[in-house]
Amino acid sequence: MTDVLNALVLITNFVIVPATAYGAQLALGALGVTLIFGILRFANFAHGELMAFGAMVTILCTWLLQSMGVGIAPLPTALLALPFGILAAIAMALVTDRAVYRFYRVKRAAPIILAIVSVGVMFVMAGLIRFIIGPNDQSFADGARFLIRAGEFKQMTGLNEGLAIKQSQLLTVVIAVVVVVALFWFLQKTRSGKAMRAYSDNEDLALLSGIDPARVVMITWIIAATLATIAGVLYGLDKTFKPFIYMQLLLPVFAAAIVGGVGQPVGAILGGFVIAFSEVTITYAYKKFITYLAPESWAPEGLVQLLSTDYKFAVSFIILVAVLLIRPTGIIRGKVI
Amino acid sequence: MTRQGAFYFAIMALLLVAVGIGQSWNVALGILNLCLISAIMSLGVNIQWGYAGLFNVGIMGFAALGGLTAVLVSMPPITEAWDAGGTGIGAALLSLLATITAIVLVRRYVPDYLRFWVTVITVIAGFFLIRGLLDPAVDRIESVNPAHTGYLGGMGLPILFSWVLGGFVAAGAAWLIGKIALGLRSDYLAIATLGISEIIIAIVKYEEWLSRGVKNVTGLPRPVPYEIDLIGSDWFVGLTEWLGVEVAASASILVKLSYAALFLVVLAIIMWFSERALKSPWGRMMRAIRDNREAASAMGKDVTWRHLQVFVFGCAVCGVAGAMLTTLDGQLTPSGYIPLRYTFLIWVMVIIGGSGNNWGAVLGGFVIWFLWIEAEPLGNWLMQAITLYMGEGNWLKQHLIASAAYTRLILMGGILLVVMRFSPRGLIPER
Repeated sequence: MTDVLNALVLITNFVIVPATAYGAQLALGALGVTLIFGILRFANFAHGELMAFGAMVTILCTWLLQSMGVGIAPLPTALLALPFGILAAIAMALVTDRAVYRFYRVKRAAPIILAIVSVGVMFVMAGLIRFIIGPNDQSFADGARFLIRAGEFKQMTGLNEGLAIKQSQLLTVVIAVVVVVALFWFLQKTRSGKAMRAYSDNEDLALLSGIDPARVVMITWIIAATLATIAGVLYGLDKTFKPFIYMQLLLPVFAAAIVGGVGQPVGAILGGFVIAFSEVTITYAYKKFITYLAPESWAPEGLVQLLSTDYKFAVSFIILVAVLLIRPTGIIRGKVI
Repeated sequence: MTRQGAFYFAIMALLLVAVGIGQSWNVALGILNLCLISAIMSLGVNIQWGYAGLFNVGIMGFAALGGLTAVLVSMPPITEAWDAGGTGIGAALLSLLATITAIVLVRRYVPDYLRFWVTVITVIAGFFLIRGLLDPAVDRIESVNPAHTGYLGGMGLPILFSWVLGGFVAAGAAWLIGKIALGLRSDYLAIATLGISEIIIAIVKYEEWLSRGVKNVTGLPRPVPYEIDLIGSDWFVGLTEWLGVEVAASASILVKLSYAALFLVVLAIIMWFSERALKSPWGRMMRAIRDNREAASAMGKDVTWRHLQVFVFGCAVCGVAGAMLTTLDGQLTPSGYIPLRYTFLIWVMVIIGGSGNNWGAVLGGFVIWFLWIEAEPLGNWLMQAITLYMGEGNWLKQHLIASAAYTRLILMGGILLVVMRFSPRGLIPER
């Protein structure tokens, strides 16, 4: 019986907890991508940089607050700085829209042209971020590190395996739930949210019924930038902030949006968790897990790892390609938000 | 080429000469060599985007495949490693082929309602079969002298073969990928190719038995003489005395010049074929498909097959360029492949130069690579100018000067945005 419990704790510690936090971060990023896909109708290659930009401003504000001695221990100071990061990201998104994307939207340019333009935006933002904060790792997490430490858990339960939950992981999940609930309430219940859904569903019909497209686009950018910043900051708190990592993060975020069904908020969340859990489960070494469950003579020799952790990012793509082949519309069908 | 185009090329040549006089000829030739390779890559992208309107952001992957081919062709084989794990690798490859055949057969002959699950089971069974054969062989190979080799080595042939072969390897991969991804909508294709190129990089990076991975393969044999041999040879020393120049510096210049000559030959061949193709009925058909897919399809053109064709051609050209790049570097460093430099920068080149025009793509390759390199001294100079009146030791001054290198990213993005907005047809527009 203890063996089963040990195995369960082991898998929770190394698979379920990290994958849940990572999935929530991906889901927040993918929600932004999917909203832009649904309403502005293009693949925004600059989204990873928007996440990094919001996170960067948050980090700068965090440092400022820390130097002034302001804090909300045991919670990380970054939460206090988050609103500033969000505001900066919103400003950034609105300025780029006004300076860059609006021109093509008015011209009704092909989606592919907008995607290419977003590559230009990506370059500029990547340059700005590296210019301001540099290309290196930045640490900004403070406050309590752990809710439960592995050692404490072992003492408490008397099991062999420890369970450690980082504060950032719990924060990620809580904030993600709050944000997602607020977003769905907004999309379903408010006038603006309904306008957004109508615009995404059928642009011409929405225009005919008097929906102001400029307003819809503005709200979309505001939401996308907010989500991107939150996702970026949570990822940075949970793991680390490094501009290059955020560019790499674009890939699983895209994968999550497409796997879930482009333009589908529920799909984006689902996709985020599908990608996160497959990345973690496929690259986890199950040797110890099996040793607990199976009779001793069955103990495996190798690590029992499907793919080495080096292929973590590749996994999200293999899933993406598989989904594109088998069910190109994604898990949840349709293009409506 | 129009007179306007010739004018741009003349300016470009003048700029390179200016760098030669102002900085050094070594730097100028170094830039020229990479300009030539960039021009070939951007020709490859232009074949896909300019001719057919395919948005491929997987260029990095095909360049890496070309680079891998350069290693596999030119390095000497490690017989010990082959003895240790050659059969295992062979068996794994055979089982990979068997798995793929099985999947194709399943997709063809198994009734509809069972097809999905039977495919999944075949994939899983094939995966474990391959891993079972591969893993022990890989362990044995990687334990053979890991500090120096630890991989299978290559074929020990002259590295120039790899330029051709690299094209074929990239073409083969492109055929496979095209078969899978070309049915997708244009922006999905972009994301799919971006992902596939990451997978290729992951393989090159982490399959150490094949490529030595992040341990890098260095010291690839060269197609041109080594500086040290030149300095030691009588005719070269005689020549430098006759010209009255310094021996060591001119040896390195001669090596760079020989590379430039080789690259120029390749560029000329690819350019000739691309121009012929563009002006042939085939090229007109491709542009017709690009401009109006439905109409071309109604005229009886097989759009998907033509897209596949053009995708394979373009990727092959990128593979050739990738092999040339690795040859020039003399080493394969998988961790150096990042999308910003190997995919998106090439895209900037095509867009700036003029998509659909081969001369434009070549010009774009030259201009953008030149700016990419020269943006650094330019950024430094700019930052020095801005911070001129700030006090020594001012934190802002130090920060600005330290970050000057990143102005190149802002510059590239800025150029792309400005060209897309005000001159979307590029420097040398399509006729």
